Amino acid sequence: MFVLLRQLAQVRRDAALARPARSRSLALRHVDAGSCNGCEHELGLVTSPRYDLQRYGLDIVASPRHADVLLVTGAVTTRMAGALLIAYNAMPEPRLVAALGDCALGRGILGDPAELAGPLEDLLPVDIRIPGCPPSPRAIAEHLLAALEL
Amino acid sequence: MILTVETDHWREAIARRLAGGGRFAGGWAVGSGTTAAWRVALLAPDGAPEVLGCAAHGGRAPTIVDLAPAADWDEREAHDLHAIAFDGHEPMRALVAHPQDPAAWMTPVTGDGVHEVAVGPIHAGVIESGHFRLHVVGERILALDTRLSYKHRGLEHAAEGGDLAAGLALAGRACAACAVTNSVAYAHAAEEALGLWPERDLRVARTLLLELERLYNHLHDIGALCAGVGYAPGSMAFAALKDRAQRVNEDLTGHRFLFRTVAVGEGVLALERSAVEGARGELRELRADSAAAWRELEFAGSLQARLDDVGVLDHDAALRLGASGPTARAAGVRTDARSHSPRLWYGSGFTPAVPREPTGDVAARLQLRAAELEITYELLDELLAHPLARGTTTLEHEPRPFGLGLVESPRGATLAAVELAGSSIARLRLRTGSYANWPAVAHAAVGNLLPDFPLINKSFELCYACVDR
Repeated sequence: MFVLLRQLAQVRRDAALARPARSRSLALRHVDAGSCNGCEHELGLVTSPRYDLQRYGLDIVASPRHADVLLVTGAVTTRMAGALLIAYNAMPEPRLVAALGDCALGRGILGDPAELAGPLEDLLPVDIRIPGCPPSPRAIAEHLLAALEL
Repeated sequence: MILTVETDHWREAIARRLAGGGRFAGGWAVGSGTTAAWRVALLAPDGAPEVLGCAAHGGRAPTIVDLAPAADWDEREAHDLHAIAFDGHEPMRALVAHPQDPAAWMTPVTGDGVHEVAVGPIHAGVIESGHFRLHVVGERILALDTRLSYKHRGLEHAAEGGDLAAGLALAGRACAACAVTNSVAYAHAAEEALGLWPERDLRVARTLLLELERLYNHLHDIGALCAGVGYAPGSMAFAALKDRAQRVNEDLTGHRFLFRTVAVGEGVLALERSAVEGARGELRELRADSAAAWRELEFAGSLQARLDDVGVLDHDAALRLGASGPTARAAGVRTDARSHSPRLWYGSGFTPAVPREPTGDVAARLQLRAAELEITYELLDELLAHPLARGTTTLEHEPRPFGLGLVESPRGATLAAVELAGSSIARLRLRTGSYANWPAVAHAAVGNLLPDFPLINKSFELCYACVDR
């Protein structure tokens, strides 16, 4: 364990993210609405040692009832649209919706149109746009830090 | 080529090959209902694939699920998407379709104190969407029904009628974590149909990409398993190692997931000496650090105490269910598509990793990945020893209307089949390592404690996107 902890300490926090001006926090809930799993991989790394967004007051929570922001990935399939809306409706107000990745933003979507209910913008009001295929952990981190000022 | 078999002799033809040591490798339907045709790919004991086809007269075909239980999901998918009725496949439960009636897709489980625990499609963490229905008594799991396909984007259907280049984009984007595997399997299938053979530089480049993909995935999967027991130092350490591996990907190819590095019929990647030397040095440091982190996991009591005898998939069950990749090897099944991949660079000397003990439990699946990491680091060191020219292909035989590719993904053998009508795609089937292994997850969960299910699931760490397509 000590070797692991030492190794983690060596992972330099050199991301040099700009610290928000004020001390605020946002609780994030992620919903995969039909992604290729790329955005999930990168979002997972945002809470890993290099970016460690918890230190800025950004955390991923288990329930939409505890969330301020719904982070949505994927092109929104017809099969996920219902679950997505249930999650959104379970959130307390005020609430924000983030489109994470190009698919959620309706860009360059592949697939059979009959299987897709999206883009996200047609279903929910989108407040935060994080482009990329997939966006890098750094890009996700920067957009979420900016959202602390919203 | 596809060997056409009379529907009346279908079961006999399959049974004869299975009796000769053949293994089921995938099935797919072409067309729909009364005009549909049905195909099954089998692997001979030496790894050579063979494809049989029969007509689904009146929308019906004889089942082979009693002969090859691994065909269960393929037949159910063909039933849901291509309206083929499989005579003898009873009960025919929905797989891709999502009927309201629980009896149409769930195993009936009754008895004193039996209840259901429903999980998903939205999970509590940053995880892909899918639904699990666990039948439990007390804390004990009696049965598990997995209901996936929430992310079904109709990628295969969208490929039909398009050209081979458009099909590659669809196959490659099915899953980010297996993007290289799926693209290379597709390219192999397309090139076999076009009569093209990859030259050495192209074989080396694609092998390099496949091993880079395996590297970051295995690092990720070891970390995910630590997260499955709440061992934060392990999950954080391996997340940081995975990020470093993906930075190497970005340095070499411009993309952390190696997107757009595969094309049909030609190479994409060329690497100069400075690039390969830089990556080789990075990977040597990464190897030392990941070996040190792995040693720590081996002596982490709170992690190790959770692994033995949990989520067991024994050798016979792994064979019967058609398990593949690390899942199968951890159960003592010596299979790895890399051993017979003439279109890649591995050569005949490739030896698959074997577990310390082929116990088929969570411990064995974890340890096997660590053993495979060492093989991957070794291969990458060799592959990056020289600069890489952009490879190409040469014409080997006349074009045919069909091609098959089989490539070992981080999660098992992935099969891509391409059927052509002229120059456009009549059918694309992508049967990934994850697809092959999901039935094994349901099997391995039975008899275990409900709180161990996340750990069991993580020990397989299968993709949903590559299954749902």
